[in-house]
Amino acid sequence: MIFKKKKNEIRRMDLASYWQLVWWRFRRHRMALIGGILLGMFLLITLFCEFLSPYGPHSRNTKYTQGSLMGIHFFDEDFNFHLRPFVYARVNKRDPVTFRLKAEVDTSRQWPIQFFVEGEPYKLWGLFEARIRLFGTEEGFVHLFGTDQLGRDVFSRILYATRTSLSVGAIGVFFAFVLGLIMGGIAGYMGGTVDEFIMRLIEFIRSIPTLPLWLALAAALPREWSALKVYIAVTVILACIGWTNLARRVRSRLLSLRTEEFILAARLSGCSGSRIISRHMLPSFLSYLIVDLTISFPYIILAETSLSFLGLGLREPIISWGVLLFSAQNVRSIVHMPWLLLPSLFVVAAVLAFNFLGDGLRDAADPFAK
Amino acid sequence: MLHLLLRRIAASIVTLTLISVVAFFLIELPPGDFVDSYVSKKTQGGDIITQEEISEMRSRLGLDRPVYVRYFKWVGNLVRGDFGFSWEYRRPVSDVLAERLPLTFILAFTTLIFTYMIAVPMGIFSAVRQYSLGDHAITILGYVGLALPQFVFALILMYLGHLWFGASVGGLFSPEFEDAPWSVAKGLDMLAHIWIPVIVLGTAGTAFQLRTMRAVLLDELNKMYVIAARASGLSEFRLLMKYPVRMALNPIIATLGWELSHIISGAPIVGLVLSLPDTGPLFINSLLNQDMYLAGTMILIYCALVVIGTFLSDILLMIMDPRIRIGGVS
Repeated sequence: MIFKKKKNEIRRMDLASYWQLVWWRFRRHRMALIGGILLGMFLLITLFCEFLSPYGPHSRNTKYTQGSLMGIHFFDEDFNFHLRPFVYARVNKRDPVTFRLKAEVDTSRQWPIQFFVEGEPYKLWGLFEARIRLFGTEEGFVHLFGTDQLGRDVFSRILYATRTSLSVGAIGVFFAFVLGLIMGGIAGYMGGTVDEFIMRLIEFIRSIPTLPLWLALAAALPREWSALKVYIAVTVILACIGWTNLARRVRSRLLSLRTEEFILAARLSGCSGSRIISRHMLPSFLSYLIVDLTISFPYIILAETSLSFLGLGLREPIISWGVLLFSAQNVRSIVHMPWLLLPSLFVVAAVLAFNFLGDGLRDAADPFAK
Repeated sequence: MLHLLLRRIAASIVTLTLISVVAFFLIELPPGDFVDSYVSKKTQGGDIITQEEISEMRSRLGLDRPVYVRYFKWVGNLVRGDFGFSWEYRRPVSDVLAERLPLTFILAFTTLIFTYMIAVPMGIFSAVRQYSLGDHAITILGYVGLALPQFVFALILMYLGHLWFGASVGGLFSPEFEDAPWSVAKGLDMLAHIWIPVIVLGTAGTAFQLRTMRAVLLDELNKMYVIAARASGLSEFRLLMKYPVRMALNPIIATLGWELSHIISGAPIVGLVLSLPDTGPLFINSLLNQDMYLAGTMILIYCALVVIGTFLSDILLMIMDPRIRIGGVS
């Protein structure tokens, strides 16, 4: 051997545990790290959207309907620095031609932004009553992302929608995961005819264009169902078609694991079947499954967004990114209020973050590979 | 070769049969049947309908028969070109579809061609000039192309079109050609409009195929036969095109059916946003109104398109790859 290791040298690599190795390898992927941080932020929004949003998702500001974005300023007109950021005041003026009330920027007055202000009361996680919100104004109002036709704060609504969209994704992925695990597990474990049948079934489902199938299933839901029932049904529908990928991966991993030497060794030393599965197969399996979960997340999110955008998925009063985009369906409303497209930025960010994280995790899941 | 072809045809027929079952299942899925909705509409209008009339209507339409009988009746009609009746349009489904279906075909296959025309050269470039500025740019573009929902992309393009050109960029024809019969001028007019839906529909697929092409080609470029060819003095371009690219094209062609499936999957929603005169808006409206015969037929047609695409990709593979042609290895 040319590259002989020095005798007593012990590298850090040799002592590290599996998860340490995974972490070191993952750290090298800068994009995956960014994706992870982004998803962490999304998780925070999901958990604390009531606290982070200045207004409730359904409360209307009649003084500022169809209002445009309100920029946060640190410098005023004369370039004086203000430590406390502010927004310029808005005044309603009547348009001389159309006689419609229109909000205009009044640079002579400022509405300073306060932190931890008392806002509308809300119930955190439906349990604790509270009034404190992260930011807001004492006089006037602040709508960072503008308002919609009814004067509802787009920023707050996007934060609330994040919770719905990600939870639909999580529940959908979970259902798909369970289904995929069962079907893939059966196929990989039984082999033979059952395996052949399940694989053909998967191939068949994959050959059908997914979105039309999703749409048709969603359209078949009774119209009189409540929003919550529709929510559950939509997640189940997404899972019903989304499981195929996971099942294929579970099956191929099971098949390749079955012939591994360490499984044979465990069997020879008299381990019971359940012990082999739980102690030896599952750990070497788990990391791959996490990767598969991460990768299948964006598909579910995109599918939900598309369904809701068409009015076939979730509907008000439940708001998701797709439901918000539903109001941006035609050119006229976008030209009037381009900020209604802002939810799509969150969709793209979430999908990208999941993709990057998935790529990084895929590499990290097998830290012994070169 | 002939044997292989026959087997593929048989497999396609089996798939189509299964799909017809799924489509029929979807037609049957919404609670209540046509008679129910007909009766509720009539009684809302003040008419009185007796129970006998209802059951008579059911038996006349064959709705009181068991499911499998209705299925075979439906399939039998399908084969004879009768796709059922669209309650929403009060016309046979085949009539409703006849004027719009060709446009869906044109759109799908133009997008398919566009996808490969862009993805293959860009993938080759990306692999040959790995880690160059162009490669990074293409990679980023690919990521965004995969992450952007198609309808959002369509909306953004329409918004930009409105800002820059001041006019709506939706539709496939200029107003003066909308109802005109087909002519050369109308065809040219369509070509001037079709690029927006084609780009919207094709971007995600292009991004995906590009990444495949890049990855496979990178693998191939490191193989011994490339070195051997280079050592025997072949010019770099001819070498590239003659061996590794040809090898790397295989997985790209093999996924042609899936690619078509993706395009068709996105077509309805993009068609609706861009208000194209193809089957997209028709399909979505039929779903929103639970006009299930029309919807079921559309799903059947969409799936049939995918089956055709898969079949085409198999034949292309046979032409491109002598190993499959001679050995019958798939």
